[in-house]
Amino acid sequence: MTTLAPPAERVEPRTITRGRRGGSVAWMALPALGMFLAFGVIPLLGVLALSFSSWNGIGEITPAGFASWRAVLTDPGLPHALWVTFLVMALSWAVQTPASILIGAFLAGHQRYRGFLAVLYFIPLLLSSAAIAITYKALLDPNFGLGAGLNMPFLAQDWLGEGTLAMGVVIFVVSWQFIPFHSLIYQGGVRQIPTSMYEAAQIDGAGRVRQFVSITLPQLKYTIITSSTLMVVGSLTFFDLIFVLTAGGPGDATRVLALDMYKRGFQANLMGPASAIAVILVLIGLVLSLLLRRLGGRDADASQMEGA
Amino acid sequence: MDRRHFFNLALGAGAGAVLAGCGSSGPSGGPGGGAGAGAASYWFLTGDPGETIRKASVDRFNKANSDSKINPTAFQNDAYKTKIKTAIGAGQAPTIIWGWGGGTLRSYVQSDQVEDLTSWFADNSAVKDRLFPSSFAAATVDDKIYAMPCETVAPIVLFYNKEVFDKVGAQPPQSWADIMALVPKFNAAGVAPFSLGGQSRWTNMMWLEFLYDRIGGPEVFQAAFEGEKDAWSNPASIEALTKVQQLVKANGFIKGFSSITADSNADQALLYTGKAAMMLHGTWTYGSMANDGGDFVSGGHLGYMNFPPVEGGKGDPSNTVGNPGQYLSISSKATDEQKEIAKKFFATQVLSDAEVKEWIDTGNVPIVNGSESKMSGSKDADFLKFVYGIASNAKSFAQSWDQALSPTAAEELLDNIAKLFQLSITPQQFAASMNQVIGK
Repeated sequence: MTTLAPPAERVEPRTITRGRRGGSVAWMALPALGMFLAFGVIPLLGVLALSFSSWNGIGEITPAGFASWRAVLTDPGLPHALWVTFLVMALSWAVQTPASILIGAFLAGHQRYRGFLAVLYFIPLLLSSAAIAITYKALLDPNFGLGAGLNMPFLAQDWLGEGTLAMGVVIFVVSWQFIPFHSLIYQGGVRQIPTSMYEAAQIDGAGRVRQFVSITLPQLKYTIITSSTLMVVGSLTFFDLIFVLTAGGPGDATRVLALDMYKRGFQANLMGPASAIAVILVLIGLVLSLLLRRLGGRDADASQMEGA
Repeated sequence: MDRRHFFNLALGAGAGAVLAGCGSSGPSGGPGGGAGAGAASYWFLTGDPGETIRKASVDRFNKANSDSKINPTAFQNDAYKTKIKTAIGAGQAPTIIWGWGGGTLRSYVQSDQVEDLTSWFADNSAVKDRLFPSSFAAATVDDKIYAMPCETVAPIVLFYNKEVFDKVGAQPPQSWADIMALVPKFNAAGVAPFSLGGQSRWTNMMWLEFLYDRIGGPEVFQAAFEGEKDAWSNPASIEALTKVQQLVKANGFIKGFSSITADSNADQALLYTGKAAMMLHGTWTYGSMANDGGDFVSGGHLGYMNFPPVEGGKGDPSNTVGNPGQYLSISSKATDEQKEIAKKFFATQVLSDAEVKEWIDTGNVPIVNGSESKMSGSKDADFLKFVYGIASNAKSFAQSWDQALSPTAAEELLDNIAKLFQLSITPQQFAASMNQVIGK
């Protein structure tokens, strides 16, 4: 019964504010909108304009029509970068989601030792991507790294110098870095599930696994969508970690779209094609997040509490 | 949110952008310039001994000129290459731009970003006549001089670890066939034949530079540089590319070379710790190997030689490649006052006697005529004379390819070189990709 009360209270004041304080609330959105326009929309328009021009980064910007787009779309490097980006996205999602849900459900318990473990799990979240990449790069060095130091030959693989292994390392490090964050989201999600459901299930004789599959997972539906959106869209912009770890190498084995954009723009001085890739990145990100919202049904923002 | 609010915001953001634009095109700007409006800024590379010597020169200048100051800022090599381009494009260039000349300098010139120093050198012929004449080629674009050559001449040479050679009972290679014969010998002894910082990519490029030269002579790359159609498909080019892939396939390079960066000096560490027997690298690495390698250099364990000839090749074995000098340009966006400070710095402190001594003391050959007379007393006299000999006897001293080419072509080149060493493309595919960026 207690769980029913809060949503009922929350609905009522909303209808009152809409009538009385609507103007002032819209005004309060201005700073956020201003930031969004200045640092989101305007640069985006700039990039769109740049993708139809030719610029080497230092000289004059000259209009070039569709030349940059033609160069990018006919470059065999683009499908490859798209494929690598997709691989990173899919694999890191497939590794992170189950691990995060399990850890999140585990940490949702209120036992004291779990609180202690939670602190340990969240440590990677405190480190910057560049620091993580530099550390892993040093640890995985086949000649001076962990394998050579501990004299364990199986650790002395050419981790970052062999295409498939390097991709595996990237997925591992990405997961290592972000699983704590998504566990935190799932921990919150699991704690929101009303205990009455578990109590009812227990009375019906459901075991722990059954409770997890039949109550926890379905109740986490929207949390999974939120977390997946963050993972999928976030993986489009992986740059710092991969740049420091492998620089897109060996060859172009881990060259994701964001890295391809950087290399074209800032190393090859081709700002036009680089901007075209940036536009492609934005479009893919928009389409993916829309798709994920669709997956969650029309009312993804609605409350998932019981009765809602 | 109604429409009026939106418009106010858009206007506000627009005005903000305009204001920001004013700020960045302002004259004295640049992250380096903090100490006063009139101060000039100067960006250069980190990494000793160069970093300390560059700072010392600036300090001497600032001490001697209390009214005009230079603020130095140092950046890591690979980061600097990006940073300086971005800064110049954004109108935030430092007054004094450190660089490698060649194709990058040309791109600055084409965008009117650097000062024409031709007349200044004509007025100050004493400054010009002190320096190696060969160092001016990479500072010259369309017969005008846009940079002051500075610092040292740094050819690429073949370093080797004498201790490792003694242990294995091998002799330094005298030909390409010797190299290929040494590879299984060292591998059998558990030592990598060659150290290589392959993630930096220009490190791999040094191998191609020498193979192209030894097989086909300097004309092969020159043709590509000058825009001759399909120049990369030259048979000598294909042979060089094939040979380097044979070396990769024979495990000629250290395990994991494609994830080692040169900026971390890990490639040098492999040589002086005896994990690798040889390393093809610029002579600028001598100073850091002396610093970090314990008694590796001081104990006489470091051997060095020019790259050996390739059987049946056309290139003169005295030829070399590398950096004929480093280069200082003046940003055309700087104020007149800053430009004057920079020119005064060029005339009075760049390669001053004190700086020349510092370069020699750290095992480098400054590009000043007659500096060989000062080398005899140095503890590194043998190495210095070796480098001086290579630089002055070379029939052809080619500039590093990635510096000579335009940034666009250089990036394509480095990209393809990385794939070539990864064996993910064939020599023919390499040539086909590179032919497409000829003249770009």
